[in-house]
Amino acid sequence: MTTRGTQAADGPQAALPGTPAFPEAARRAVHDPVLRANLRHATHTIRGRRARAVAELADWDRLRAAGKAIKDHTLRHLDRYLVQLEESVTAAGGTVHWAVDAAEACRIVTRLVQATGEREVVKVKSMATQEISLNEALEEAGIAAYETDLAELIVQLGHDRPSHILVPAIHRNRGEIRDLFAREMGRWGRPAPDGLGDDPRELAEAARRHLREKFLRAGVAVSGANFMVAETGTLVVFESEGNGRMCLTLPETLISVVGIEKVVPTFRDLEVFLQTLPRSSTAERMNPYTTMWTGTAGGDGPSAFHLVLLDNGRTDTLADAVGRQALRCIRCSACLNVCPVYERAGGHAYGSVYPGPIGAVLSPQLRGTGSPVDASLPFASTLCGACEEVCPVAIDIPEILVHLRERIVQGGPATREGVRVRIRPARGHAAERAALRAARLLLDHPGALRAGERLLARARRLRPRRLPGPGRAWTDSRDLPEPPEQPFRDWWAQRERQDRTPRRQDQAGTP
Amino acid sequence: MTSRDVILARIRRAGAAGATGPTGAEAPIPRDYLRVHGERTPAESADLLAANLAEYRAHVHRTADDGLPALLARLLARRGTRTVLVPAGLPLYWLADAAATHVPDRAAATPYEFDAVDSVVTGCALAVAETGTLVLDGGPAQGRRRITLIPDHHVCVVRVPDQVVDSVPQALERLDPTRPLTWISGPSATSDIELDRVEGVHGPRTLDVILATTPTPPTAAPHTQP
Amino acid sequence: MRAALFVTCVNDALHPRTGVAAVRLLERLGVEVDFPAAQSCCGQPQYNTGHRREAEPLLRRTAEAFAGHRYVVTPSGSCTAMVRGHYPRIGRLARQEGRGGRLEAYAEDLAPRVYELSEFLVDVLGVTDVGAYYPHTVAYHPSCHGLRGLGLGERPRRLLAAVKGLELVELPGAEECCGFGGTFAVKNPDVSAAMGADKAAAAAAAGAGVLCGGDTSCLVHLDGILRRTGSPVRTVHLAEILASTEEEPLV
Repeated sequence: MTTRGTQAADGPQAALPGTPAFPEAARRAVHDPVLRANLRHATHTIRGRRARAVAELADWDRLRAAGKAIKDHTLRHLDRYLVQLEESVTAAGGTVHWAVDAAEACRIVTRLVQATGEREVVKVKSMATQEISLNEALEEAGIAAYETDLAELIVQLGHDRPSHILVPAIHRNRGEIRDLFAREMGRWGRPAPDGLGDDPRELAEAARRHLREKFLRAGVAVSGANFMVAETGTLVVFESEGNGRMCLTLPETLISVVGIEKVVPTFRDLEVFLQTLPRSSTAERMNPYTTMWTGTAGGDGPSAFHLVLLDNGRTDTLADAVGRQALRCIRCSACLNVCPVYERAGGHAYGSVYPGPIGAVLSPQLRGTGSPVDASLPFASTLCGACEEVCPVAIDIPEILVHLRERIVQGGPATREGVRVRIRPARGHAAERAALRAARLLLDHPGALRAGERLLARARRLRPRRLPGPGRAWTDSRDLPEPPEQPFRDWWAQRERQDRTPRRQDQAGTP
Repeated sequence: MTSRDVILARIRRAGAAGATGPTGAEAPIPRDYLRVHGERTPAESADLLAANLAEYRAHVHRTADDGLPALLARLLARRGTRTVLVPAGLPLYWLADAAATHVPDRAAATPYEFDAVDSVVTGCALAVAETGTLVLDGGPAQGRRRITLIPDHHVCVVRVPDQVVDSVPQALERLDPTRPLTWISGPSATSDIELDRVEGVHGPRTLDVILATTPTPPTAAPHTQP
Repeated sequence: MRAALFVTCVNDALHPRTGVAAVRLLERLGVEVDFPAAQSCCGQPQYNTGHRREAEPLLRRTAEAFAGHRYVVTPSGSCTAMVRGHYPRIGRLARQEGRGGRLEAYAEDLAPRVYELSEFLVDVLGVTDVGAYYPHTVAYHPSCHGLRGLGLGERPRRLLAAVKGLELVELPGAEECCGFGGTFAVKNPDVSAAMGADKAAAAAAAGAGVLCGGDTSCLVHLDGILRRTGSPVRTVHLAEILASTEEEPLV
């Protein structure tokens, strides 16, 4: 497995070294017909289902407004609710740990696992533990971490990276998965049966058998959580397969690593998200299994429960008045499924465990904009607004994108690891900055603009098929528009002159 | 400074607390969403529950309370169940007609023992009609969370109408967050391969739900730990 | 009724036919059209690429150019969305950053007076049948800013449906972005072109001879792809179709 999460100067967790900027990574994906077909099928399928599931609720907009308000309220008083959560979890028999960054969170979890004497852990799909590269950290400490969500298993067996929040193996089709199971399962435990076919039922059955022996013997589980309730200390995990229930109820020790933004004030607040998350995510009225647990419950489930509260760039994001709304995210992935850019570029192009529109605004905030991929992510969008429209907590993703673009091209204040810093304008945008400034000067001087337009009109016969330099990005795939004989303003002026003289119909020509 | 102090200090410095809108006052959270979607009689709620459970491929059966023993016996026999997990507090007459050997939910039992059991029969805390959801809270007739997870066949009895609520908000009002809660909507499922839904990955692959009509609403049994 | 035409810089320089069509259409409907010559660009390219400060002089210019006009009509959904949606934000941020309240006042004053063409026709003039004639099979692409930014809804399609001789066909995936996205088209050219190609293919599959839209910039991008691939589908701006009559047909 690759190791990720090396420390870098520009943030608590930087992008993978050598990760290409979005346009380069996307180029490969766009020209991979199998990947394009897999992504198109998957995103279009779930897109339609989500729309139907949402349309069932007459009060969807009100649930959305309530979800947004609950999250905003929580973020405003995050310190208070985290302290309250800590008290509630502790009172219920759990232990709370605080991790400033990925490295600290990994150290805490590793130490906790080592203290049990176990050499392996079973894992519930968790974005937070992927974000901090926990599996790699555990592996370095000689602890095997087994992903148990079917898609995560596919990713792990394939030494691959997840490409979607909800369906991490969305980029793989059944044939690829069959080959992978047949080849890899035996190296990690129970092998796939001989003659394994590519029917999803058969593949799921192979995963069931492969993982069951691990569940039954597991002593430690590691999870994330979808929500934490400050008032009661209750943690909530939404899932479908039952691997979550296996991990959350069978082992003696449970360690949950959860981002600090996942807290909500009251148990009642869950009534909103229990309605909006499944419909936005898997497009179901309700996902098959949801587990809620509060500390330890005598005899039912783990006897030891540890909660690791993770910052890792979240407080820096909170310090940004525009960008902090990204912390409302409940990781439903609806924005990925409607995004036309994600559909064509695929999840890997985003160079982060958070792909798609939410990734484009979350990664550069959690990690900073220092790496080429993080500096390119805010531009990986046409600002079409489809993401905002489906977001169950109404995150204005286009607004954050424009805001981050501004930070990258103009520079500006930001908070990194708790310190207010001033980001310098990115060098790569100097030519564009000059061009836009020149354009603005031209546009702000109608006389010059008019001269420019006339020049364009006169040069219309010179229209090339391919432009050199940066213009190639247009003409590689598109013809240039044919410049008109005269700009609109000349047509108008001409008409005005004719109006003053006796008008002759036949002269009111079209340019 | 501990990491706890560092994080809390960063939050306080982040200035989010001041983001309260133009008036300076914090707007209350709008709770004008619906408590329930539509008006239904208890019978209609039970019908909706049955329809939604079936849509997520649970097998729904309906009976009067006195028909429970025969129905349970039939469901277990049809699967060839030889051993059945029985949680504490399960009314014993439910399984009076069933031939299967009872396996109690013992704390000392290992997961391997439960893995060898054919079926499990439980009650529930409540069921949500609008979403087709069963909620178990470890109360009487429900047992520990693992017993409805490891066996491949789960039969869940819902008392109609008193255990049926219409909506998620109504369900939360009746649930105790300090108890371990398991929300079940259909059998275990995955859509991880090409978004094709497949029933049964790690949880029970077959979920039978019995809507048992009780003639008179019984007084709520006090919740006790099993 | 008088209205000022905000023709937009793209139409002015690259596609004056759209502006001419808008003038003819509005005058045919009895509107007295002004063209304030001080207008130029709304500043959207600057704003969307992160050069917000560069957009500020253009905000001021646009607001001053149209000061005193009760109705400002523009044949562009995205420029309308810029003025209505983003000008107030630019103004607010300028004030918060200590550059005074002038821009914000400009923005708040102008925003409610600017109408996208189909909005102006349907909501202000109250017409859906504008007396147009256009005997072609047309698919309508509702650009993102019109669809989601402004909520134009069925207005453009209602206008097209009332055009004599016009056969309106469903565009599959109509709500999806065409891939233009301003500088996205050159910063992410491969994804942009792939999106455009899919949109072009959808128009062809729908059996449309004409792909109509309300934003020239999206149409220039799509037209570039259609021509490069040798497709028979043409792009035509909504204003041109609505301006076309039996007496003066669009050729």
